[in-house]
Order: sequence, then structure tokens, then C-alpha cells
Amino acid sequence: MAKFYLDFEKEIVELEEKINKKRDKLSSDDEKEKEELKILENELDVLIEEVYSNLTTWQRVQLARHHNRPYTLDYVSRITDNFIELHGDRLYADDTSIVVGLALIGSKSMVLIGHQKGRDTKSNIYRNFGMTNPEGYRKALRLMKLGAKFKKPIITLIDTPGAFPGKGSEERCVAEAIARNLYEMALLRVPIVCIITGEGGSGGALGIGIGDRVLMLENSIYSVISPEGCASIIFRDVNKAPLAAESLKITSYELLELGLIDDVIPEPLGGAHREVDKMAEILKNRILKEVEELEKIEPEILIEKRIKKFGNMGFWEE
Amino acid sequence: MSWFKRSNDGLLTKERRDFPKGLWVKCEGCGGILYIKELKRNFNVCIKCNYHLKMGCDDYVNMLVDDGSFIQTDANMRSIDFLNFKGKEKYSEKLVNTIKKVNLNEAIKTGIGLISGYKVVIGVMDFSFIGGSMGSVVGEKVKRSIERAMSEHIPLIIVSASGGARMMEGLASLMQMAKTSIKLAEFSRDGGLYISILTNPTTAGVMASYAMLGDIIIAEPEALIGFAGPRVIKQTIGEKLPEGFQSSEFVLEHGFVDMIVNRKEMKEKLTEILDFFIGGHNRVKR
Ligand SMILES: [Zn+2]
Repeated sequence: MAKFYLDFEKEIVELEEKINKKRDKLSSDDEKEKEELKILENELDVLIEEVYSNLTTWQRVQLARHHNRPYTLDYVSRITDNFIELHGDRLYADDTSIVVGLALIGSKSMVLIGHQKGRDTKSNIYRNFGMTNPEGYRKALRLMKLGAKFKKPIITLIDTPGAFPGKGSEERCVAEAIARNLYEMALLRVPIVCIITGEGGSGGALGIGIGDRVLMLENSIYSVISPEGCASIIFRDVNKAPLAAESLKITSYELLELGLIDDVIPEPLGGAHREVDKMAEILKNRILKEVEELEKIEPEILIEKRIKKFGNMGFWEE
Repeated sequence: MSWFKRSNDGLLTKERRDFPKGLWVKCEGCGGILYIKELKRNFNVCIKCNYHLKMGCDDYVNMLVDDGSFIQTDANMRSIDFLNFKGKEKYSEKLVNTIKKVNLNEAIKTGIGLISGYKVVIGVMDFSFIGGSMGSVVGEKVKRSIERAMSEHIPLIIVSASGGARMMEGLASLMQMAKTSIKLAEFSRDGGLYISILTNPTTAGVMASYAMLGDIIIAEPEALIGFAGPRVIKQTIGEKLPEGFQSSEFVLEHGFVDMIVNRKEMKEKLTEILDFFIGGHNRVKR
């Protein structure tokens, strides 16, 4: 992966580089050097702990969007024993901002659907920066129905800035595509586990987000509007995005407290991007556990609970 | 979600200032000066160019239901500032001020009434209440309306007018899309009939949920109907948008609504549709 770090990660990355250099030069019998290295490593642990255990909302937003954050295909290669990618919505096109396929996870067959971002200009253009067109939602729905038909659990990994605001997207009615998915996912007779892995960008995220379990990775975000969009409307100043992010309550633990998600999946200290293998393992175990529990529930009851859960969301007085 | 809020706020204040106090209003369609009394008699449709000006929910309900048949439900539900949202204006204050100013408790009025003798559950949104934005109350009132239609086995009609989700309620407002769409799925499974009417504007979160999920979807002419804001799309694609982009006519042409119906003919068209699905013999009275 390309070298990339956030402002608040700078000190950590620099210390890591220093340690690596020292380690490379280290000769096996230099006890003094070894001792120094150990001290530095301890220093690093303390620093990481210090930085990451007190993250601000805006720092979490930055982590959720981190250039090195694992995307769907990074997880697919680590958590599946086999993955057969399928393409197209059978109506218009194949939307490359969403990856869908038949996945073997553990010893279980599941339908896996996830947003996919790129890491450089070329791949970002190919993936449309993870912003989905109508055909992406329709492709996802086609796969979900296929899963339901053959009683395969459905896993969705959510990481998108939002649905694509484009000309074709409106012509082919992305609003209808999203609405249709919410409507159809409601009654699917198989377990659905939705995991927000990075950015849960509004309707674009919700379009594959109706699940019996909706989980968020610790440093992911989920919001009705991007902090930037909110800031430019409320304060007429996009630079107030960090303040807007706080107002909107978009971090995992805040949303858990509001009862809008089912649970938070802890990330390795320092965020998913620092230990991708470990993160993938945590994710895999969690998926298997959730699916195992959900498969014990009768489909009718599963659906009833799903309807009730979303039906209870919101706050008002009367 | 609420991309439309800002630009529409301007329109809104202008209308509000002119409508109750002045005698005249300028048509957004042709620019003509219209006499308000005459305009009201014509269901807020411009006499000169047929442009459909925005209409309050009370007037819309009165236009559709048979005289004296409307019984409002959940009238006292009110939004709360549960996030203690920090904006330029506090959400709690905005709510209080809006309720006072537009004399409504929320952006949707729901109830049961008769349309040409057919008993229906009806919900009508009102753009003057914070841009018709959908927060917890709108979502819950729509949900309860669906449940009522379900338990009484009667059709559901929702008239939308909305700039999208109400961001001052954070993710809970997004979840109203899920709440309403999921309930509609259950309603449809049980054989319920849902007619969705789209008025100017129907956008973003409301469009991407119950507005687009009707068994029959009707749009008023020349309404703004779209998901993303025109300004945002322009920015993204870096070119001007074609004339009529995201209009009712555009959405009809692309196959996403069933028909465009003039407001003045809306009740008659609904009656024809109800005749088809329910049959004349089920009317309470005509
Ligand atoms: Zn006119």
C-alpha cells in the first residue's frame, strides 16, 4: 500500500520508520542497540494507545475515509475461501462501484455484496469513487433475491460517500432503485447482516443497509448527509464540517447509544488500516457468529423482527 | 439528503410573506401577477400558464376528500431536538418558530376520509414546514397511516412535497426511509393498495422511499422530482443540465411515474382508479 497517513498519525508513522531503520541495521549481538529498540517499541505502544483512545469525531471521520482503509475486495481476499464475482443488473449495465458475488466464508455459502472504492486515480475512476448508480443497487437486489431463493445468508459491506449524483443516475432513477431495495430487503426470507466498514453515506449506504443485524466497525461513520454537505447548508461554510460531524452524531458508539445500529465491531488499535489481516479475521468471525445465530430463527419471525426494529426508530413526543 | 433546502428556503419565505398578507402573487411559471383569491379558487394553479404553485396540506386535503369527511389522526405528534443539534438556529427553536409561523405541528397531515365515497387513509405533506423535510414524526405518521390502512383494509394515498430527510435529526431521519418503505412492503404483501402523488418538489429521502413505492404513482405537472439536487449534479458532471431535467415530464419519459395529472383533475382521476380497484359497489356514498 502507498505511504499515506493523517496529520494525527504523523508522529506514529515517524516513530515506526525510526524503529524499522534501527531494526534493519541491528546486528544480533549488539545488546545495547537491542535495548534501545525495545524502549522505542514501548514508546510506540504508548503513543498509539494515547492517540487512538481519545479520537475526536473528526479524526474518526478521517479514519473512516482513510486512504489505506480496507475495502470490500481487501476483505474478500482474506475472509473467503472462494469468491465467484457476478456482474450486471440484467437491465442496463454493470456498476463497478458495487461488488457482488457468491462467497464461501468458513464453510458457509453466502451472498456477499459490498461497495468498492479505488486507491489511485485510475482505480477510483473505474470504481466511480465508490458512488453507486441505479444499476449498482439493482445488481445488488438481483443477488439478494438469488440468495433468498437458495436460502443463502446475505452479507453487505457498506462504504460509500453516497449514491452518485449524476445525469444518468437521475435518468435511470436512483431514488427508485434505493426505495425498491429497502422495500424488497424487508421481506427477504434469509438472514441479512449489514456492516458499515467505512463511510455510510446517506441513502447510498442505506440502499444495501436493511439488515437483521446492522453493525458498524468502530471507526466507521453513518450519516444522513456528509459533514461537508451539512456544514455548507447550516453554516454556509464547508470548513465547519468537523462541527457538523459532531452535531450529526455519526460515529459508531453514538449511533449505538441512539439505538440506530445493533452493535459496534471493535477495530485493532490504531484502526483497521494498521492491521488489515487482524481486522479481516475479526470481521469473519463476527459474520459467522451472526449468521449462525440468525439461521436459528424462523424466516417469518426474522422478517417480523426486522420490520419491528426499523419501525421503532425515531424520537418524538405526543 | 436535504440538498434542496437552501434554495427552496428563499422561495418559501417569499411565498409566506406574500400569500397571507398581500392580495397578489407572482407566478413562478410565467411571471404573471395573480390575484390570490382567484388563484385559491383555482387550487393554486396559475390561470394564465397552468403552473402548479405549492399548496398547503389543509387545502390539498379539502380538495381531495368529500366535504366534512376528514378525521385527522396523530395530530399532536411533535418533533423533539433529541440530538441537541448545533446549527445557526437551534432545532428546538426552529420547531417552535415554524409551528407558530405556519400553524402546523409537522410537515405531514394524516387522517381518514372519503374520496367520492371511498374510505381511504390519506397523508398530505406540506412544504412550508421546514421544506417538507422528513424527520421522526413524518416517518412515524406515515408508518401509522400504513398500519391503519392495513388494519381497516382500505387504500392509502400519500401526497408528497419534500426536500428530503431532516438532517437536524441525524441518522434517525435517514432511518425513516427504512421505516416507511419496510412497512409499505408489508402492506403490499397483505394486498393493500397505495397511490403515491408527487408534487413540487419531491426529492431526496422522500423520493427514495415511499414516494416511489406506489402501486400507482401520479405526478403533478412541472414538479421538481429527483434524488440529488440540481446544483450538486451540475458540480459533479461539470456541465449545464438540459431543460426540464428532473421534472415530472422527465420522470414520466424515463418510465418512473404512471401519469401526470392536473391538480384540478386529481380527485376525478383518483376516483377512477379507486373504481377500478375497489369497484363502485363499495362506495359509502357518492
Ligand atoms: Zn403562470
